[in-house]
Amino acid sequence: MASKTRVTRRTFTAGLGAAGIVAGTAPFNIISAQGAPLKVGVLLPRSGAQAGIGQDCQRGVDVTAGLLKDLKLPALQIMNGDTETNVEVARARAERLINEGAQLLVGAFDSGQSTAIAQVAEQKGIPYVINIAAAPPITEQGYKFVFRNFPVAGRILADAFENQIEIFKATGNAPKTAVFMHVNDTFGTAMQKGISAVSAKFAADLPYKIVETIAYDGTARDLSVEVAKAKATGAEALVMVSRLNDAILITRELIKQRWSPKCVLSMGPGWYEDQYLKTLGKFGDGPMSFVPWYDPNKKLTKALDAALAKAHPGVNLNTNHVYTFEALLVAADAYKRAGSADPKALADAIRATNIKDNVSPGPGIQFDAKGQNSALKNSAIQNRAGKLVTIAPASASNAKPEHPMKPYDKR
Amino acid sequence: MTTDVILKIAISGVLTGLIYGLMALGLSVIFGVVRVVNFAHGEMMTIAMYLVIVAFNALGLDPLIMLVPISAVLFALGYLMQRAIINPFINRPEHSQFMLLVAVALVIVNALLLIFGPDSQGVTTSYSFDSFDVGGIIIDAGKVYAAIAALIVAVLLFAFFRLTLTGKAIRACADNYNGALVVGLNVKRLYALTFGIGAACVGAAGTMLMIVTDVTPAIGPAYTLLAFVIVITGGLGSMPGAIIGGVLIGLTEALGGFFFTPSAKSMFSFAILVLILLFRPQGIMGRKAA
Repeated sequence: MASKTRVTRRTFTAGLGAAGIVAGTAPFNIISAQGAPLKVGVLLPRSGAQAGIGQDCQRGVDVTAGLLKDLKLPALQIMNGDTETNVEVARARAERLINEGAQLLVGAFDSGQSTAIAQVAEQKGIPYVINIAAAPPITEQGYKFVFRNFPVAGRILADAFENQIEIFKATGNAPKTAVFMHVNDTFGTAMQKGISAVSAKFAADLPYKIVETIAYDGTARDLSVEVAKAKATGAEALVMVSRLNDAILITRELIKQRWSPKCVLSMGPGWYEDQYLKTLGKFGDGPMSFVPWYDPNKKLTKALDAALAKAHPGVNLNTNHVYTFEALLVAADAYKRAGSADPKALADAIRATNIKDNVSPGPGIQFDAKGQNSALKNSAIQNRAGKLVTIAPASASNAKPEHPMKPYDKR
Repeated sequence: MTTDVILKIAISGVLTGLIYGLMALGLSVIFGVVRVVNFAHGEMMTIAMYLVIVAFNALGLDPLIMLVPISAVLFALGYLMQRAIINPFINRPEHSQFMLLVAVALVIVNALLLIFGPDSQGVTTSYSFDSFDVGGIIIDAGKVYAAIAALIVAVLLFAFFRLTLTGKAIRACADNYNGALVVGLNVKRLYALTFGIGAACVGAAGTMLMIVTDVTPAIGPAYTLLAFVIVITGGLGSMPGAIIGGVLIGLTEALGGFFFTPSAKSMFSFAILVLILLFRPQGIMGRKAA
């Protein structure tokens, strides 16, 4: 039996009123979304093996609010998440943050953890801006909600060799042989394979030949044997892929075993970190590191450096601060242009990002169809008097390279 | 490869092995008398290492000066730990003792993490970067000082157990528990004293290690494992065995790392362990079970 629906005067009035309420408040919803801070879940390894790095990235988060205000960008409501340096925990924390209302995710320093978060973000349809993670596959999956403002491993290595060639040409002095030492963990082994492959492409221009490759245990308590073996090769340069603790141990051994290579060329962390400089004092000067860095001449770099110096006196601006800050900058910029916190609108806005006033080297922040900022450049930095100076590329440098480095016994 | 380089590496291995030997000596003493395997041994050593950091940062005190005070602090810690926590477990099954000491180890690691953070820390003394050139062979000065100190501590410990009444009483407890009770020895007190002495050994070893390496809270378990490898190699409960085992492991790791691949250094020490377990299960200096 068909039911008869009759529109009475009372129904019509109620409907009109309801329509009026919806029509009247909808614009306010948009305005309130724009006025309210964007809820950003920041996932970092705040405990576990990478806790120190996670806490360092947090320093980049700490200084963001003031800088966004100066840039007239909307405020962000930060929701902290700890990945505990664990892939599965990273996945679970990402899900929890989304369930608790996070409208965008940022993090997570490590490629494995970032891969897990990317899967969750894509599944839930929440935009995710990676701060630091170099594994290429993350942005090769056809994801629509995942963006990365950090160079991939191949780009980092290619730039490292380009910058080395530039430095050796500029100083008119190049080593002819090198010994390559690397940690034997996942990172070190991947870098060793990458360096072998990429250096072959630069063979015609690269002045040195790697005479021996020495893998070592990054958790070793004593690296005297490794350094003795490296010294015995008689190589002029030392190419390193290490972490902080082993970088300190190796430097101590270089001094104690009375070996001063012409240069130390580091393609990983350790040699430029504050703890390295603080622990070794004058013996920490000299090594060159080839890393994703910042352009010291950009206006926003100076503002970020000043904000960090105020919030954390004595801490040198580094990769962790820069790329975590820039991930949040991308979020705030996209939120402003999207005009709402709708995930799809945010993702579309991030895809259309074109930030010229930024910190990292290169033309600025833009994302390609894969969600990767492929225009990023990497830098060569050198430790000088306990500080870090950028020596290449020349277009984003603030000092001339010092090569060969001063021998340890002459300091 | 010149003979000089090989000799230098061998000397370095022996010096490092002597410090490891002192660390393992503590474990061996405790097991030899109290018959409890201290699974928190390496973690207790990290306490001593952090005490060096505190003393150095706050007062600028050299680790060599801190050797006796830090050993005394660790002695007190070991004594109290045995009286308060371990003593009630002496007659309980071995798995209960194991769980207890693993729990203690976890508490130590996490407490150190909370207090000092995850980053590695070290001390830079006036001789941290020094080395001796002996006929073209370069020897790390810090390792020489640390190894000499470790040898002195080991000799003093041997003398204590051989020459003093308390030392003899402790050895009596180790040899015959019931006999010790019958002749009226205060076994509980002697056990606590032994645990304290073992902890003091590890305190001395930790203090000396800070001359040659850095510390992180997470490094404790690696030292515990190393101590086990050494005491099993040298002979569980044997004091000379601990020192010999330490030197053997130090030398093996150094030469193995040099001639083969440094990243597989630990593999060589474990290979020695496997060979010992197969062909001389009681260890180099251990006595066969009756």
